[in-house]
Amino acid sequence: MAIFPSTVNRASFSWRARQFVQRLKHGDEVAHLITLLAAASIIVVTVMLVYQLYVNSALPRQKFGFGFFTGRTWDPVSGDFGALPFIYGTLVSSALALLLAVPLGVGAAIFLSELAPLRISNYLTFIIELLAAVPSVIYGVLGIFVLVPVLRKFVMPFLKHTLGFLPLFKGPIYGVSMLAGGVVLAIMIVPFIISVSREVLMAVPVEQREAALGLGATKWESTWQVVVPFARVGIMASIFLALARALGETMAVTMVIGNDPRINASLFAPGYSIAAVIANEFTEATGDLHLQGLIELGLVLFLLTILINGLARVVIILTTQKGAAQG
Amino acid sequence: MSLLMRWRKFVNVVMLSATGVCALFTVSVLFFILGYLLWYGGKSLNWAFFTKLPVPVGETGGGMANAIVGSAKLLLLASLVGIPIGLLGGIYLAEFGGRAFSFVVRYTTDLLNGVPSIVMGIFAYTIIVIPMKHFSTLAGGIALGIMTIPIAVRTTEESLRAVPRVLREGALALGASKWKTVATVVMPAAMRGIVTGVMLTLARVAGETAPLLFTAFGNNFWSPGWNQPIASLPVMIYTYAIAPYDDWHRQAWAAGLVLLALVLVANIGARAMVSRGISFRRA
Repeated sequence: MAIFPSTVNRASFSWRARQFVQRLKHGDEVAHLITLLAAASIIVVTVMLVYQLYVNSALPRQKFGFGFFTGRTWDPVSGDFGALPFIYGTLVSSALALLLAVPLGVGAAIFLSELAPLRISNYLTFIIELLAAVPSVIYGVLGIFVLVPVLRKFVMPFLKHTLGFLPLFKGPIYGVSMLAGGVVLAIMIVPFIISVSREVLMAVPVEQREAALGLGATKWESTWQVVVPFARVGIMASIFLALARALGETMAVTMVIGNDPRINASLFAPGYSIAAVIANEFTEATGDLHLQGLIELGLVLFLLTILINGLARVVIILTTQKGAAQG
Repeated sequence: MSLLMRWRKFVNVVMLSATGVCALFTVSVLFFILGYLLWYGGKSLNWAFFTKLPVPVGETGGGMANAIVGSAKLLLLASLVGIPIGLLGGIYLAEFGGRAFSFVVRYTTDLLNGVPSIVMGIFAYTIIVIPMKHFSTLAGGIALGIMTIPIAVRTTEESLRAVPRVLREGALALGASKWKTVATVVMPAAMRGIVTGVMLTLARVAGETAPLLFTAFGNNFWSPGWNQPIASLPVMIYTYAIAPYDDWHRQAWAAGLVLLALVLVANIGARAMVSRGISFRRA
């Protein structure tokens, strides 16, 4: 921008001032300021969010301290609040969802990137991305009216019959259960795993495949032993992102998980998740302690998802630095 | 040797078919969802659904006219909050931003994008519902609006960055100031991407239930103004689906069909705009 460098040095202040006035006249400084304010407001909102969650959950922090996270009873009537059943439910339902969604998602991503012709692959990916846009309450409706009856009538009796000796598949069958929550979550997060994994797999250089095939590997061997390991870090990132979604998912889980704050080893038993208890009890909280307990749960959920998203980001940064990992 | 070879070929075929089954299964889920909603929702969708208010428990019939209008009002508020901040923030990041501050803005935007929707509801509750002492359209709209910001910012920034430098330099060389360059040259060129991003993010919050549960709350009647609790389609679907009445289930299906149709049309439209190249010219 400096037109006359020599004069700039001598009278840099007045020159800069004149520049500033000129830019002000043209509106540049104003535009800069307005957009800066908008950008800063994003930071303000985020900081306020954390602050509000923290301040409004002071009561249970003072009363229970760390015991809030280890307490097993959640009893609004007697004012005893322990969050362990909800934390347990959130973690177990999310883990279950990953267990189902990762093989399904990675398998589908392999098909879309390695086998399907590009046109078909693009169409299918488009459909899968639409699936990611379906509102969670609609997954919930289908969960209640379709998935839960199917689980109750066919899947659960079958599991009980064949794998009933495991504590996971014991106990009475209600339909609404941790298992139902996990399955709904799995269906909801699969699209995220697929669309990210597919892109990572497609970014693997074609030479890698050719080299493996040239050495006599079958298509599957080249895919599984060369292409997938090459892309594994990106696939990990997609799994982390999906996990963050699963942890924070509210409506669909609330509608099928059964909403029972007890820790139970069986997947057939109803459970509860952090998001679900907030959704169910927030408007009916019986006092400040109860309400603030729920807000503290919200804070926990927030920190959990931030942590998982952060891990995903670290993984992504690591990949881009190392150049998609050296296999 | 040939036995090993045959085994490897067998594994090859089995595993590759398995991946195909995975893809087919996932894709078929969308058609399951569509099929169920069209079947059950289509059966119970009628004119009254769009024109009537909900009726008390026990009576059959009625509709969700107030929830449809409510969702529209909430979305309007959300756009008023989200679009200006999203666009201006995106312009800042792409055109004006300094390095360190931009990094912080981008980071917080990603953070905000990862906030679970129910937590956003709690936030809106603490900053609006508690001071006002009652649920309101305003609180719901602001909760949704904040949720639209991250995607609006990022798509705006990306679309602006995709505009060739040459265009900017041409405008600047003609003597236009920077903001004039951005407003009259760069923004129109990036408009398609920006509109797509805004549509996608609005479609996403249109289906959000969790942030509305204790901000907009719900209402069985019309909600005049912006200061009272208001009904919305997603919350209506939720309350109707978990209620023990068959007639309510029927309505939940119908509302689900309407909501899904809106969301999918917005998504498909937005994507078609990107790929087919419907461009927006300034008048």
